[in-house]
Amino acid sequence: MNPLDTARQKASSIRSEYEYGFRTQTDNAYELPEGLSTKVVHDISGRKKEPEWMLEFRLKALEIFYSKQMPAWGADLSSIDFDRIHYYIEPKEGGTQKWEDVPVEIKDTFEKLGIPQAERSFLAGTGAQFESEVVYHSLHEDLKAQGVIFESTDIALQKYPQMFKEYFGTVIPSADNKFSALNSAVWSGGSFIYIPKGVQVTLPLQAYFRINAERMGQFERTLIIADEGSSVHYIEGCTAPTYSSDSLHSAVVEVVVKRGAKVQYTTIQNWSNNVYNLVTKRALVYGNGEMCWLDCNLGSKATMKYPSVVLKESGAKGEMYSLALAGKGQHQDAGAKAIHLAPNTSSTIMARSISKQGGRSSYRGLVKVVKGAKNVKSRVVCDALLVDPSSRSDTYPTMDIQEQTASIAHEASVSNIRQDQLFYLMSRGLSNDEAASLLVNGFAYPIAKRLPMEYALELHRLIEIEMEGFTA
Amino acid sequence: MDTLVLKNLSVSVDKTSIVNGVDLVIPRGELHVLMGPNGSGKSTLLNAIMGNPLTVVTDGSIVLGDDDITTSPTEDRARKGLFLAFQYPPDIAGVTLGNFVRLAKNAQLQVRDSDAKPISPAEFVKTMNTTSRRVGLANTFIGRSVNEGFSGGEKKRSELLQMIILQPHFALLDEIDSGVDVDALTVIADVLNELRATSNCGILLVTHQGALLDKLEPTAVHVMSKGCIVKTGNKELAKEILASGYESMAL
Repeated sequence: MNPLDTARQKASSIRSEYEYGFRTQTDNAYELPEGLSTKVVHDISGRKKEPEWMLEFRLKALEIFYSKQMPAWGADLSSIDFDRIHYYIEPKEGGTQKWEDVPVEIKDTFEKLGIPQAERSFLAGTGAQFESEVVYHSLHEDLKAQGVIFESTDIALQKYPQMFKEYFGTVIPSADNKFSALNSAVWSGGSFIYIPKGVQVTLPLQAYFRINAERMGQFERTLIIADEGSSVHYIEGCTAPTYSSDSLHSAVVEVVVKRGAKVQYTTIQNWSNNVYNLVTKRALVYGNGEMCWLDCNLGSKATMKYPSVVLKESGAKGEMYSLALAGKGQHQDAGAKAIHLAPNTSSTIMARSISKQGGRSSYRGLVKVVKGAKNVKSRVVCDALLVDPSSRSDTYPTMDIQEQTASIAHEASVSNIRQDQLFYLMSRGLSNDEAASLLVNGFAYPIAKRLPMEYALELHRLIEIEMEGFTA
Repeated sequence: MDTLVLKNLSVSVDKTSIVNGVDLVIPRGELHVLMGPNGSGKSTLLNAIMGNPLTVVTDGSIVLGDDDITTSPTEDRARKGLFLAFQYPPDIAGVTLGNFVRLAKNAQLQVRDSDAKPISPAEFVKTMNTTSRRVGLANTFIGRSVNEGFSGGEKKRSELLQMIILQPHFALLDEIDSGVDVDALTVIADVLNELRATSNCGILLVTHQGALLDKLEPTAVHVMSKGCIVKTGNKELAKEILASGYESMAL
């Protein structure tokens, strides 16, 4: 067998159960060669016909990226080769407004992933990104009439330049970390959402991200502004083909939750196991606003992601629920941050992780209460399930509490799949695999129950697939 | 499928021999009571019959109908109609009782009748409602995690509920009557009598108490000591033991 076949076989055996690992043959409209440079940034910005300030913003961010060291903690990122990544691939153009206009092979890809079906049944709006660009976007007419904006971030920059400039980069500055700087330099695609004052979007908005090319870098940029008293639930999903070489997904997600507004941001991350997933997500929450991050990480080679809330005014509330599943060769380094800057703010962090077949999951979290932020409440609960003895789980909680009046609780546990539980379930007729998958799903349930039903069922099914071939 | 036969069965746990050469034949429809002092090997025997991986059969065999199941996986034994009511049923967090029993029922249905279609959740709720009422559990238990936060008595009622729904050919009951109230005892007795009469269920019942036995008509009563069946008799034997204890029998 030639080395490529061997490598391919190796790649597919990493996660043979992964059902989204198929590739689509495409003719791209425009493709940058591998590698990163100021020219690449100029090319991306020029191709998008961006205003001058955005090009400057990008170039400055690139300098910051070059000047920052790789993180010395978390997952092992040493095999990322920034010179062997495509920073921008524009798929063939159709028209983004009608599903019929999307190029057929891309349409087929999303059909296989169940995207248009989901839109028809229970969504208020859908976006679909293929490589670097959003290829399809829709929003219910009645929401448009109420002034709701749901566009690709590139389109929003052209159509709503003032609002865009007012918020873009204000929640997560380019210099926040090396990967937020990289995203700021080469960002493309993502969702821009504005919900006007008092508007309640009852059905979820969804965006789906697909990497298709080998050694692809996807750098979408999402910005959500929920104006006073409004509410919205945004859901994102992502998958990629399985390759023996690595791809990079590095997104920046900024959320502004104004007074009395409510935002839920749900992620079902199911990248193939050759994707580095290094994402920065943060929400600013104003008086009595509520932000909920619901973060499920099933795929990727390595994930480093710590959704954060900055609670800026009294009564602001942040909830971060996360579920991580780390299998063979995977490291899920996930967690949450709650920064309490104002009195009477509260946060809840609930993290559950499942490690199997030598997989590693880490909880990394921060609760910070500044001086003067009186009567803060925060509760952190981390539970890890080790399916077999070769797997690993770590907890890195940081507490920085500068206020005596704060009420802070932290609980952590590590458990195993217990033999007596397996025997009990099997004594009723369930097989070893079925029993193990039921136990794992039961462990995931406190997080899964917060998902919309369709996604909870999908998560349940994914865990079942992951637990096939389980032997105690 | 007419008898459960233990032939010269020896079982060890952690390399310690616990059951030593037990012979027992239980035809379907019969009720056999197993008594004996603590530590005499009753629970180990029941767990070995169900295939608990903590038990190791060192000699002899377990035959269910025409099948030697001595080394069969636990789920195969269950699918062939064997049921164990646990002395201490474990908690299963995040798995509802309703969902668990439905999955188990469907797993068994497909083996016993290849034409059977899986029961849908909506359809199954009716069965669960009726049966939970029958065993005296509020129907809120159907949506609760299996055994989590259940009292001792509620766990036993849940075991009974599972037995009624799974309709076993042979039921192994490990102190189903311990820690339950008077009303539950009546329900347990009614259910056991009914399973014997209507679905010809064979039963091996481990108990320490006369209250349940008073309501049952056992086919035989066996006394176990130090891993062996040392005496077999009828209901009178049980009464004798309950009146005077094991020591007086010079076991």
